[in-house]
Amino acid sequence: MANPNAVSGASTFKIISTIARNTFREAVRDRVLYNLVIFVLLITASAIFLGELTAGHEARTIVNLGLGAMLVFGAFISIFVGVSLVSKEIERRTIYAIFSKPIGRGEFIVGKYLGLCLTLLVNVLVMGIGVSLAILAVGGGSLALTIWGAIALLYLELAILTAVAILFSSFSSPALSALLTFFVFIIGNFTQSLKDFALTIGSSSGKLFFDVLYIILPNLSFYSFRTNAAHGELPSAALLGGAFLYAMVYIGILLTVTILIFKRRNFK
Amino acid sequence: MSYIIEIENLSKDYEVGFWKKKKVRALDDLTLNVEAGQIFGFLGGNGAGKTTTIKILMSLMFPTTGTARILGSDISDFKMHSRIGYCPENPYFYDYLKARELMNYFGELFGFDAAKRNRKTEELLTKVGLDEKDWNKQLRKFSKGMLQRVGLAQSLINEPEIVFLDEPMSGLDPIGRREIRELIAELREQGTTVFMSTHILSDIEALCDNVAILRGGKLAATGNLHELLTDSGEKQSFEITIKGGAAENLKDSIAGIAGAIFAAKPNGANINVLDENDIEKVLHATREAGGSLVSVQPVRQSLEEFFVKQTE
Ligand SMILES: Nc1ncnc2c1ncn2[C@@H]1O[C@H](COP(=O)(O)OP(=O)(O)OP(=O)(O)O)[C@@H](O)[C@H]1O
Ligand SMILES: [Mg+2]
Repeated sequence: MANPNAVSGASTFKIISTIARNTFREAVRDRVLYNLVIFVLLITASAIFLGELTAGHEARTIVNLGLGAMLVFGAFISIFVGVSLVSKEIERRTIYAIFSKPIGRGEFIVGKYLGLCLTLLVNVLVMGIGVSLAILAVGGGSLALTIWGAIALLYLELAILTAVAILFSSFSSPALSALLTFFVFIIGNFTQSLKDFALTIGSSSGKLFFDVLYIILPNLSFYSFRTNAAHGELPSAALLGGAFLYAMVYIGILLTVTILIFKRRNFK
Repeated sequence: MSYIIEIENLSKDYEVGFWKKKKVRALDDLTLNVEAGQIFGFLGGNGAGKTTTIKILMSLMFPTTGTARILGSDISDFKMHSRIGYCPENPYFYDYLKARELMNYFGELFGFDAAKRNRKTEELLTKVGLDEKDWNKQLRKFSKGMLQRVGLAQSLINEPEIVFLDEPMSGLDPIGRREIRELIAELREQGTTVFMSTHILSDIEALCDNVAILRGGKLAATGNLHELLTDSGEKQSFEITIKGGAAENLKDSIAGIAGAIFAAKPNGANINVLDENDIEKVLHATREAGGSLVSVQPVRQSLEEFFVKQTE
């Protein structure tokens, strides 16, 4: 044998962070961040437009519009980049060279996930700054700062959505995964209605179905603070803490299931 | 004797069709052991199951039945991968990275510091003959042969004890093939075990100590290459080409050499002999008949015939 004990390998933390940084680099080189240009143009244009049109409510409208657009742009990246995150590597066979190295499938999934979260973080920060500047431009004052509570919640929502996308893509095609994730995004934002709906249903099996759906689907309406933010409200520490905890637990469960499925996959 | 690769009753069924109900047996009860420090040739026709076996060994796929160990560890133990290397068939890598960045990334995954990553990158990219001007080019602009070279370079970044090469010569130009052949021979000198699949018989003859031949997913033959060929009765032969001389005179004197075959051609002849010692006899007779020597070549037919017989 040539050189026993020559290589010991990197730590799990090092491997995950290396994969995450490469995933971020991929997003940058594949021009995922280009959407920011569109977003900034959109916000600037609407700020100018609103400034000329309405009096008194411009800042509030910018908050509503800006946070809404941030959610749409962010969800778009979460869903489309999220579902291709792992499937692209399988399809292009780049995964062969990865798993012939001392890298576990779990480390790979977590690294890819965190890499996309990093991409989203940069996106959300830049878009948030854009909205803040637009608010200042129309004389919104302190709103430019208070919206950041809502932005923090919005980011957590995107982190959950990304975990949903990666889970679906671990067992279904990218197109189907994107569709399913989109449904979860829509329904997840209306979970309260889902629960109310369950109450109005007579049949117990139907009621059970909607109850189960309510528990399984992520409660994304929890993270919607747009209207309050427009009125200058800040989320309470309890709300932020609860939202953070819920997101961590939910993401933890989804990633665990994803890894369990992924560990059994054959890369043909 | 302890083995560095131990494959026991390995089988693999691919599930095909819409409902994955139909099964195709790609590998059937393969048992094979490989000793350390050699170049092992893994042969077989298209679809024989070579890539399937290597992918199972790399834990990219799971066997339907059977087990295998590499360096004494079960193949499911991915930590053992720090001591092995793998170059896939028709390798493909992150096309948004430059060759240098890819090597650097893989080095990082092994936990090497920046200095070591740089050193290994430059050493290996040079060794596989990748032009220095291409080191900082994105891989999406690479040709098949260039990707193959990068694939070989990355498989050696951790100075592996065993390297698995799935058709390492595919896509390479003649010079590239020679360079990689030298690289593989050099690996053995350094004590690295090379497990490679290939279709190029001249490379096998030049490099391999032992071989295994697969046919339809089953092991058709395995053992020392030289012994396999001798045992199967396929003797090495030599082709002597001569010109001038009275061919008819020659024919008679050559008829006296056991196993020699004479074939006249315009202004000369081709003569086949089985024994190295017979070459001198033929040359002597040629000179006496007034002819002269053009060339003497060992005939590579033997492995090809053996291969055809084993795979048909
Ligand atoms: N993903 C797959 N799905 C279904 N069948 C497959 C798949 N991959 C390979 N096979 C089948 O398994 C058998 C073995 O294929 P394999 O790729 O291992 O052959 P090989 O010896 O590497 O051939 P080649 O020399 O052409 O590379 C073939 O019959 C092939 O059709
Ligand atoms: Mg193959």
